[in-house]
Amino acid sequence: MPKGYFGEYLTLAFFAGMMLLLVAGTLGLNKLVSPKVHRDEKYLTYECGVDPVGGGWSQTQIRYYLFGLLFVVFDVEAVFLFPWAVVFDKLGTAAFVEMVIFIGILALGLAYAWRKKVLEWL
Amino acid sequence: MSMTFLADLVVILAKILIVFLVLSVLVIFIVWFERKVVAHMQSRLGPNRWGPFGLLTSVADGMKLMFKEPITPITADHVTFALAPGISMLAAFLAFASIPFGTSVLIFGHRATFEIADLNVGLLWVLAMGSLAVYGVVLAGWSSGSKYPLLGGIRSSAQMISYEIALSLSLIPVVMSAGSLSLRTIVHAQSGVIGSIGWLGPVGGVGKFIPHWYIFYHLPAFLIFLLAGVAETNRPPFDLAEADTELVGGYHTEYSGIKFAMFFLAEYLHVVTISALAVLLFLGGWNGVTPNLPVLGWIWPLLWFVAKVFFFVFLFVWLRATLPRLRYDKLMAVGWRVLIPAALTWLVVSGLAMAGSV
Repeated sequence: MPKGYFGEYLTLAFFAGMMLLLVAGTLGLNKLVSPKVHRDEKYLTYECGVDPVGGGWSQTQIRYYLFGLLFVVFDVEAVFLFPWAVVFDKLGTAAFVEMVIFIGILALGLAYAWRKKVLEWL
Repeated sequence: MSMTFLADLVVILAKILIVFLVLSVLVIFIVWFERKVVAHMQSRLGPNRWGPFGLLTSVADGMKLMFKEPITPITADHVTFALAPGISMLAAFLAFASIPFGTSVLIFGHRATFEIADLNVGLLWVLAMGSLAVYGVVLAGWSSGSKYPLLGGIRSSAQMISYEIALSLSLIPVVMSAGSLSLRTIVHAQSGVIGSIGWLGPVGGVGKFIPHWYIFYHLPAFLIFLLAGVAETNRPPFDLAEADTELVGGYHTEYSGIKFAMFFLAEYLHVVTISALAVLLFLGGWNGVTPNLPVLGWIWPLLWFVAKVFFFVFLFVWLRATLPRLRYDKLMAVGWRVLIPAALTWLVVSGLAMAGSV
C-alpha cells in the first residue's frame, strides 16, 4: 500500500470495501442458514396484536421539517467553522472578530426561531 | 510488485482484521457488561447461564439471531428495508477507520501505527460517519411501512440532527486549541502537564501535576459533547428513537433476526466511538498521568486508552440504569435552547481567551 496523503485514503477505500463485504456476507449467510416457512400472518406489520388498520405511511407534523431547515443552516455554519478553527492561531484577531460577527448573525436566526415558537413543541 | 508493497499490504490486512475482531469481541463484551451492571444496580443477577458469569450470553444471542428467518412485512419497501441495517452497520464500522488507539509498534522492522488510516481530517471523518447513522435509522423507520417505526424513525432523525449540531460545535474549541483535525495530532498536543498557573498565585505550582488535557481547558465543551454524544447514540435517557413504552420498538419494530442484530451492533459500536472520541479529544488519548514504563513500551499507552474508554462505556451504562427517559419536547428544547447556545457561547469565550493569550 502506498504511503502519504493518497495512500491513507486508498487504505480507507480498501477498508470500506472489506466492511461492505462483511455486511453483504452477514446478510448472505443469514439467507443460507435460515429456515423459510411461509405463513401469511407473519408478514403483517405489528399493531398491538390486532390486524393493522390503514397504511403505514402517513403525514407527519410540519415541525420536523422546520427542525430540518434549522439543521441545514447550523450544519453549514459548522462547515465554515471547522477550517477556520484549524488555522485559528495563524489568522489572528481580525478573522476572529469576523467569525464572531458570523456566529452572531446565526445566533440572531436562532433567537428569531425561538421567538416565533418554532423550538416549542405544542 | 515489490517486497515493501507486499509487506505494507500484509500490515494493512492484519490491522483491519485486528480492528474488526477487537470491535466484535468488544461489542459482545459490552452487551454482557451492560446487562450485568444494570442487573446488579437493580439487585438482580443478570445473565449467568452461558459461560463463566454468563460471558457467552451475547455470543449465544448473536448465533441465535443468525439462524432466524428474515421476515420482511408485505407493506415494506423491500430494497430499502434490507439496505437500512447495512448502512447502520457500515457507518458504525467505518467511523473507526481514523480513530488511533495507541502510539506505534515495530513489527519486523516495519513501523505500524495503531489506526487504519491516519487521515489529516480524521475528526471530520468520524463525525461524518456518525451522521450517516441517521440514514440507517430514518430509512429503517420509513421502509417498514408500519406506524410505530415511521414515528420512531422521524422522531429520532429530528433528534439526531439536532444533537449533531451541538456535538460538532462543542468540538470546535478543541480544534482551535490543537490547530489540527488529525486525531493523532490532537492527542500529541495534550501530552505533558499544564505547568505553573499564574493567576493561582502561590498555589499555582499545582499545575505541574495536572496533565495537559483539554478537559481542564474546555470543561463546558466536554459536558456539552457528552450530553450530545449520549443523545447522538440514541442511548437512555435520550433513547426516544426506540422508546419501548410508547413506540413499541421505534424504528426497528419490524426488524427481526440478523437485521435486528445489525442495528444492535451499530448502536454499541457508536457507544464505543463516542467514548473513544471523548477520550481522544478531552482526556489526552493514550497519555497517562504516570510516566511511561519503558519495559511495557507501546502496551502502556494502549492500556491507558482502553481504561479511559471503558470508563466512558461504564458511564453510558450507569446513565441508562439511573435516569428515566426524557419527554420528546423537553429533549428538543434541551438540544436547541441549552446545548447549541451554550456551545456557541463557549466557542466565542474560549476564542477570546486564546486570542488574549497569543
